[in-house]
Amino acid sequence: MAWVTDRIRPARSLGFGAWAWIAASLLVAALVLVPVLALLWQAAQGSEGLWSHLARYVLPHALGQTAILMGGVGVLTAAIGTSAAWLVTAHDFPGRRVLEWALLLPLAVPTYIVAYAYLDLLHPLGPFQTLVRAALGHDSPRAFRLPDIRSMTGAILLLSLVLYPYVYLPTRAMFMTQAANLVEVARTLGTSRRQVFGRVALPLARPAIAVGVSLALMETLNDIGASEFLGVRSLTISVYTTWVTRSDLPGAAQISLAMLLLVVALVSLERWARRRQRYSVSGQRARSFAREPLGRGAGLAALALGFLPVFFGFLLPALYLAVEAWQRFQFAGLSDRLLAEARNSFVLSALATVAVLACGLVVAYAARVFPQRGMQLVHRAASIGYAMPGTILALGILIASAGLDRWIGQAAGALFGVDPGLVLIGSGLALGYAYLARFLAISIGSVEAGLTRIPRSYDQSARTLGQGVTGMLRHVHLPLSRPALAAAGLLVFVDCMKELPATLLLRPLNFETLATHLYGEAARGTYEEAAIAAWAIVLVGILPVILLARVGPGASRG
Amino acid sequence: MSANQTASLDLEGVSRRFGDRVVLSDVTLAIPPGRITCLLGESGCGKSTLLRIIAGVDRPDGGRIRMSGTEIVGPGRFVQPESRRIGFMFQDYALFPHLSVAENLAFGLRHLPKAAQRDRVAEVVGRIGLAHLIDRYPHSLSGGEQQRVALARALAPQPAILLMDEPFSNLDQGLRERVRRETLATLRRIGTTAIIVTHDPQEALAVGDLIVLMRGGRVEQVGTPFEIYDRPRSPYAAEFMGPCNRLTGIWSKGRIETPIGTFPADLDLPDGSLALACIRPQALSIGPDGHGISARVTAKTFMGESEQIDIMVHPLAETLRMHSHVRIPMAVGEKVSLQLNGAEIHVFADDGLGANGRGANPRENID
Repeated sequence: MAWVTDRIRPARSLGFGAWAWIAASLLVAALVLVPVLALLWQAAQGSEGLWSHLARYVLPHALGQTAILMGGVGVLTAAIGTSAAWLVTAHDFPGRRVLEWALLLPLAVPTYIVAYAYLDLLHPLGPFQTLVRAALGHDSPRAFRLPDIRSMTGAILLLSLVLYPYVYLPTRAMFMTQAANLVEVARTLGTSRRQVFGRVALPLARPAIAVGVSLALMETLNDIGASEFLGVRSLTISVYTTWVTRSDLPGAAQISLAMLLLVVALVSLERWARRRQRYSVSGQRARSFAREPLGRGAGLAALALGFLPVFFGFLLPALYLAVEAWQRFQFAGLSDRLLAEARNSFVLSALATVAVLACGLVVAYAARVFPQRGMQLVHRAASIGYAMPGTILALGILIASAGLDRWIGQAAGALFGVDPGLVLIGSGLALGYAYLARFLAISIGSVEAGLTRIPRSYDQSARTLGQGVTGMLRHVHLPLSRPALAAAGLLVFVDCMKELPATLLLRPLNFETLATHLYGEAARGTYEEAAIAAWAIVLVGILPVILLARVGPGASRG
Repeated sequence: MSANQTASLDLEGVSRRFGDRVVLSDVTLAIPPGRITCLLGESGCGKSTLLRIIAGVDRPDGGRIRMSGTEIVGPGRFVQPESRRIGFMFQDYALFPHLSVAENLAFGLRHLPKAAQRDRVAEVVGRIGLAHLIDRYPHSLSGGEQQRVALARALAPQPAILLMDEPFSNLDQGLRERVRRETLATLRRIGTTAIIVTHDPQEALAVGDLIVLMRGGRVEQVGTPFEIYDRPRSPYAAEFMGPCNRLTGIWSKGRIETPIGTFPADLDLPDGSLALACIRPQALSIGPDGHGISARVTAKTFMGESEQIDIMVHPLAETLRMHSHVRIPMAVGEKVSLQLNGAEIHVFADDGLGANGRGANPRENID
């Protein structure tokens, strides 16, 4: 009966395999939660009399600035994103198809890069103002200059120009898949074409707009470069300066708590809106409604109008950077320093991507195989990083790993009589950790999207054919979800390449990436090789936009 | 909501293509006022597109539509849907998810003063029995409730014509019967012109005063339910409306000669050409051997209220199928005699599809 026992034994190890998956998934969730807990712990320590200073002079101003910034970006992204979505879904004009995906392009430009580019472009001595002065017949910046882009208004404008796709994307999907029957039934109930937007489309799109705006605002909260370059003293900047300039870690942690409240508010808004969206989805069949063909003049006007955000949010800064980068390249070639930084960016992002993908796979797969309530909580905890500003995460990780490094140092000192220094931070592990915590949600989400396409019956077949939980992953789920994994990898990789705040705070000494190089030059006001770095980041950033344009709702249209 | 609001509809040469695909070609139809007309056909036959064109949410590539004599669609003329007084009820009901039932019902009444809106909503609510749902939101309603709200909303502005796209197909079997009865009662009471799209011949027969059978973007046949069922104009119509046994025969002197008999028909065919007899299962009956055409039982399937019996008749290659509502004592393999009732036999020129009729036909020739 050896054959029988052979067959039974794998069944026992299947139980162990299952526990291993659950434990691994718990570990990943704990990793994501640790920085937040460390931050709470640190904030509770109090900051030796500095808190009253922070509370009186720093926090109210920073909160006010952040509120204005978020308010402005929220309104502007909602306006641009929604009208662009309506323009391309409800009307037909030459160039509409191109415009439909071109409107996504500003996603490729990180906030700090758009700020960097416009700062240079609109500098009083820069190309644009010089041109305007020449046109108006002035010859000195003293005689005529445009309002300074380095202002709250400038920050709101520039951030909105690159963040509106967050609203455009879900709203367009909503219009394309949900609105058709509702718009048509509204017409037969006496609503004219002009009234349809206000009476039907806009109220229907509210949840989608809210989802988009909450994501755009999370990015706004996360931004450090644009605010810094444009002189907006936002919460992020306050955390950064309190920490780096004043070396007041508890104070920085306390300001971070204020940010955390905003994050919770944004996440709640997003969750609420997504629930509302589910309601509206129920029972409706996906179909595009008949687009209104526009005449020649109106069509050209629509194209021009829709092209505005693409021009200002992508084309102009990208072209400008390309020209600047080319000139710099002609003038000085590529310095070894920049090449080394590019290599740093690439290697770091690639390693982090592997880790993020692996952890995402663990959580998403465990949540699929063990769909109990507890695992859903684990899943949710592991995904909170996406809403967390990089600065907050970096702060939490710094607190946690500083403790760990001290402990390692003491242990090494006692055992071997050597001081290894700051192991976690010095090796860049802390930075990789920050990427993991922040981008894990992207990888979980994408992997999950891939897994849900695999019918449950495959799982059951695999199990009855003798595969354990792990074998099933290797032989069934991994091969079938390879495209989803590739997409997740691309998204995470590009986000790591673009990441600035956490990289700035957690990188080892004298370790520079393309993003931190750009930040350094812009902060110093020396414009040298940064244009090349910026151009490289934008180029890489276009990759996920192409992916989005291909898999977006447009692809599923019949 | 009175009968004098109803309108007739005349379609003339309406055509529509999506890219290279012709969805409607040259549809000409007269829809009588105050009646229920069913647009019947398999999916993809263009019936829903025709409905959307009548509503004005889609434009035809050619043709005219007149509503009680007034042109609403024609060359250089297109009345916007909101100005047509044509109500539309979608298959998925298309209730506005962000509005309560009361707000959904009042949606089409914006042109009225507030008080009149309230009165009108109260009227349809009373008529359709929705009072208890008035503050609910669509996502919390059952399928049947959603259907009634959609009907009430479409009727509230007192349309002259009501269009319904598969209005009962989203309901379970048991509920469907009841909702259909209620909906019909409401439509009859109001006396509005109604056009109902359906793919189900039984539903069309039960519901329509007039049936328009469509096929591949064209009108196959128009008639009352009895006309369509009893006098199908084509093998397609005969088979679409219900199961048939196909039998090929030779046309000779006003009759079709088949191995199981000759049947007269009013057809203009040259003698000696091929013709086709479509024999409804209920045209067949069997008795003990020796009293008619000699046959043999090859299969019996008990279906509850009836029994389905396959019989082999020499020299036919295919078995004939019949339904019996009385118990048949004969066992499989036993010899029987076959009788025919000529009224349930339809004769056509041969359509070249052979005995099993597969090809263009959507349905098995025997269900």
